[in-house]
Amino acid sequence: MSHLMVENLSKSFGDHLVLDRLSLSVKEGEFVSILGPSGSGKSTIFHLIGGLEIPDSGTFYLNNEKINNKRGMISYMPQSPSLFPWRNILDNVVLGAEIKEKPDYKKAKEMLMRAGLKGYENAYPHELSGGMRQRVAFVRSLLSPQSFICLDEPFSSLDEFTRLDMQKWLLSIWEQERQSVLFVTHNIEEAIFLSDRILVLSTNPATVQSEFKIHFERPRAESLLLTPEFLSLKKEIYLALRGELM
Amino acid sequence: MFYNSIKKIFIQGWLPFTVITVIIITWQLSSMFFSIPSWLLPAPSVILEEAVTGFEAYIHHVISTINLTVIGFLIGISVGLVVAVMLHLLPKLREAFYPLMILSQNIPIIVLAPLLVIWFGFGMLPKIIIIVLVCFFPVAIATLDGFRQTSHELIHYMQMAGATKKQIFTKLELPHALPAIFSGLKISATYSVMGAVISEWLGANEGIGVYMTLASSSFRTDRVFVAILFIMVLCLVFFSIIITLEKMLIKWQPRGKGEKR
Repeated sequence: MSHLMVENLSKSFGDHLVLDRLSLSVKEGEFVSILGPSGSGKSTIFHLIGGLEIPDSGTFYLNNEKINNKRGMISYMPQSPSLFPWRNILDNVVLGAEIKEKPDYKKAKEMLMRAGLKGYENAYPHELSGGMRQRVAFVRSLLSPQSFICLDEPFSSLDEFTRLDMQKWLLSIWEQERQSVLFVTHNIEEAIFLSDRILVLSTNPATVQSEFKIHFERPRAESLLLTPEFLSLKKEIYLALRGELM
Repeated sequence: MFYNSIKKIFIQGWLPFTVITVIIITWQLSSMFFSIPSWLLPAPSVILEEAVTGFEAYIHHVISTINLTVIGFLIGISVGLVVAVMLHLLPKLREAFYPLMILSQNIPIIVLAPLLVIWFGFGMLPKIIIIVLVCFFPVAIATLDGFRQTSHELIHYMQMAGATKKQIFTKLELPHALPAIFSGLKISATYSVMGAVISEWLGANEGIGVYMTLASSSFRTDRVFVAILFIMVLCLVFFSIIITLEKMLIKWQPRGKGEKR
């Protein structure tokens, strides 16, 4: 059980208002994407939820419990894999759990196997490709004890082909786990392909400008990307984003 | 594995080995050819002969220096590590003591050494203090830098994951600083031998420093060179011990591009 509610979140750095009374919610088992151009304050939202920064106003509720200024309440996957180079893959994926409690290596091994990383338990991060490192980072966030996952543009540094593979892989894992996810991205296709709901962010200051529900059935296949419904939805979101930018 | 490492030493080591051999041969030939008196510059063969025949007479000096070096080095690096950790964890302390630490390295050891003897006598203590003084600094500075250069991304992840300050230190900053700590240790290891020899000049009963002073005041230049030889050997041995430890502890680093497999 985990659902997140953010109410009237405002934050400014100096005179610059970054977030203006932003509200959003993620329901139990829902995959929600925040879509916005770079520099629209998307990462700031995560820093605030994670308790690294203090909001000027606004409240966060995780499972109806107020979590303002509390660190370590969510599981977080940053933009870069942020793996520890001196830990092997197995020790890396249990790190999130290790911070809170005694890690479960058996579960970790099982999860690595399901993630297609079997045989890499004892490898070091520098021996893996960029895509595989992102997989490891995602497995780490799945294994963290917090059941709410925040993903901060996890695939933005990958090339187009690897990215599509990773999206399919992420879906295949997530569709089994069904944890609540808040996903930040600037890629429209990625947002449609993965999410149940997309929140389009306006810039300067950021608020939720429009919301799109994605009704495509799960499990989703790659062929979905070229269906007319998908493309028309992409066009609609694109126009919404563009309207914002103009 | 063993065979491979021998082969590697052979392949990578032939160039410096050749250079050293050529220098020694030139030295030997020119001493013979120009008949340089051996109190001025003894030929390598004379030095080697003294090193072999006088072995029984000087070996206790070498052992005494090894003892002094190891004790001083261990205390020195412990002080260095403790200082680095404290200054890192307490930024105010760092602000207050960092300049003092640098100043401590500007005191000429040669000037300080006699003072230490006046204060603490001819025992072990002043000698240890000198070695500690030259050893702690490279370790402390390297360790501090290692802590400070911890990747921000990783710190960020740890904070988001709800790690405590202690967890960030033990799980992230300390292992991250390990390669830096080892570069400090390598410098300290070579300094410690020099520090021990200098401290023995002040007044000691035995040690390479004593042997060296006695030799040079009696114009036994061959013995001075034997002493130099042993100082170099000791430095190399300490250095390779540190490198071996480093290779055992840090297995995760990607190999450098220039390094051959």
